Amino acid sequence: MGKNLGKWLISGPPVLYLVVFFVIPTLIMVLASFRYPGEYGGLAPIMRHDASGAHINLTLESYQEYFSDFIYSWLFLKTLAYAVITTFFCLVMAYPLALLIAKSARKYRDLLVLLVILPFWSNFLIRIYAWMIILGPQSVFSQLLNGFLGLFGIDPVRLLFTPFAVVVCLIYVQLPFMVLPLYANLEKHDPALLDAAQDLGANGWQRFWRVTFPLSLPGIYAGIALVFIPVLGIFAVPDILGGTRGIMIGNLIKQEFLEARDWPFGSALSIVLTVSAMIIVGLAALAARRRVGRDV
Amino acid sequence: MSRKLLVVSGAAVYLFLYLPLLIVVAYSFNDSKLNAEWVGFTWHWYKLLLDDDSMLKAAGNSLMIALTASFASTVLGTMAGYALYRYRLKLLPVLIMAPLAIPEILVGVSLLIFFVAINLTLGLGTIMLSHIAFCVGFVAIVVRSRLSGMDESLFEAARDLGATPWQAFRLVTLPLIAPGIVAGALLAFTLSIDDFVITFFTAGVGASTLPLQIYSMIKIAVTPEVNAISTLLMLLTLFLIVVASRVSPGSVRGR
Repeated sequence: MGKNLGKWLISGPPVLYLVVFFVIPTLIMVLASFRYPGEYGGLAPIMRHDASGAHINLTLESYQEYFSDFIYSWLFLKTLAYAVITTFFCLVMAYPLALLIAKSARKYRDLLVLLVILPFWSNFLIRIYAWMIILGPQSVFSQLLNGFLGLFGIDPVRLLFTPFAVVVCLIYVQLPFMVLPLYANLEKHDPALLDAAQDLGANGWQRFWRVTFPLSLPGIYAGIALVFIPVLGIFAVPDILGGTRGIMIGNLIKQEFLEARDWPFGSALSIVLTVSAMIIVGLAALAARRRVGRDV
Repeated sequence: MSRKLLVVSGAAVYLFLYLPLLIVVAYSFNDSKLNAEWVGFTWHWYKLLLDDDSMLKAAGNSLMIALTASFASTVLGTMAGYALYRYRLKLLPVLIMAPLAIPEILVGVSLLIFFVAINLTLGLGTIMLSHIAFCVGFVAIVVRSRLSGMDESLFEAARDLGATPWQAFRLVTLPLIAPGIVAGALLAFTLSIDDFVITFFTAGVGASTLPLQIYSMIKIAVTPEVNAISTLLMLLTLFLIVVASRVSPGSVRGR
């Protein structure tokens, strides 16, 4: 009894807080996606009263709206495409860095890892703002690029407020999430395996593709999951850097809540986003388990 | 892959990570309204910050929210971390991990609907309540990892010597995990003062924080004043990180 009492006393307050400020809001949002929008924004009452009595005022309209107009699925597919491109470039850039850290002398490794983490402790908006400066029309980078393109008679290109700006910044903010799991995996590899491959006549590239790479697959899968999922819900990056062409599903959600004030539709979008993300993760985890099971 | 190729590509990625931030810092000292050409050194943009009433007010709000939210989430997070370590629980681990796993925008949006549904006026209060909610999990994880590195037999020994569970906790466990708690508090403070997305949805119209202020400045007109406040905010974060890693090495990796 005493032990149980202690257990409730110590775990009760945090459980209660998270139930009130996380579980209940989430459930309210799920319910909101089935409600009608209020006349002046917000939500219409759940109960409707008329001459024939009280009715429950719920609807599938928001979901019907999502699936009836292809523009929403298109935006969702575009968001997925941004996430895929971002994940791919993060992997390509993170792999050599993670390998370099894993092959460095043990005393330098912690420092090198810390150097990867440090920039992403800076404020999210500051990291987006940095790219606003770099890609701005008067920036050194834009001037150099357009000067170079001019040599070939190509018209100046605009970098800021384009999908390109969005993807570059997404890669920038997500990169550490790829480096860390890759490094955690690569660091554990037994160097004797590479020596054995070398003794058996494998050259550098063969040793990498036939030994290191297959062994690092679990790290790659973890990195992909960590990079891919958060990208789906990001709205600040396209909001600041994307202009009208670069918007993502997150921008639409923000718009429905703060500008269009169609909360049921905004909630439905959020739920479609979350459920799709969960399905993608589930399928990826399944595929990963199969592959890892076969390769190792 | 050859060693040379690795070093070159690794260095290029480090450059990619740091150059943008260095550019922000450098232009905060540039004597020009445009973030383009280097004209000359100036403190002008920092002086401008000191005269910017809405910026100072936002900074005050951010500080107050971060202090309150980090205090409350440290208390709740320490309890949660201890409970995770000591007991076999089903609900708590899910409650701790789920908010960290789902997209931040959903947490923000659902809290907005919730606060409106219970008729709570959006403002500093709702921002605080929201910040506590997302900080608890991070503190719990830091405290939990500190506890798992602790020698369990010390607690047992105290109990054998006649200490009540509460005495054993207060006199043995608590001092041992204190560095983890401090690191968790610093982590919560940093997360709160830097948060944009959840604050954006739960702030309502009147209340502003530093990130919200930076956001509206970026959206309206970019001036190096943004660079100046960004530089100061980065210095603050860096300072907190250094303190946290001194107090409890390893805790900084948690994010």
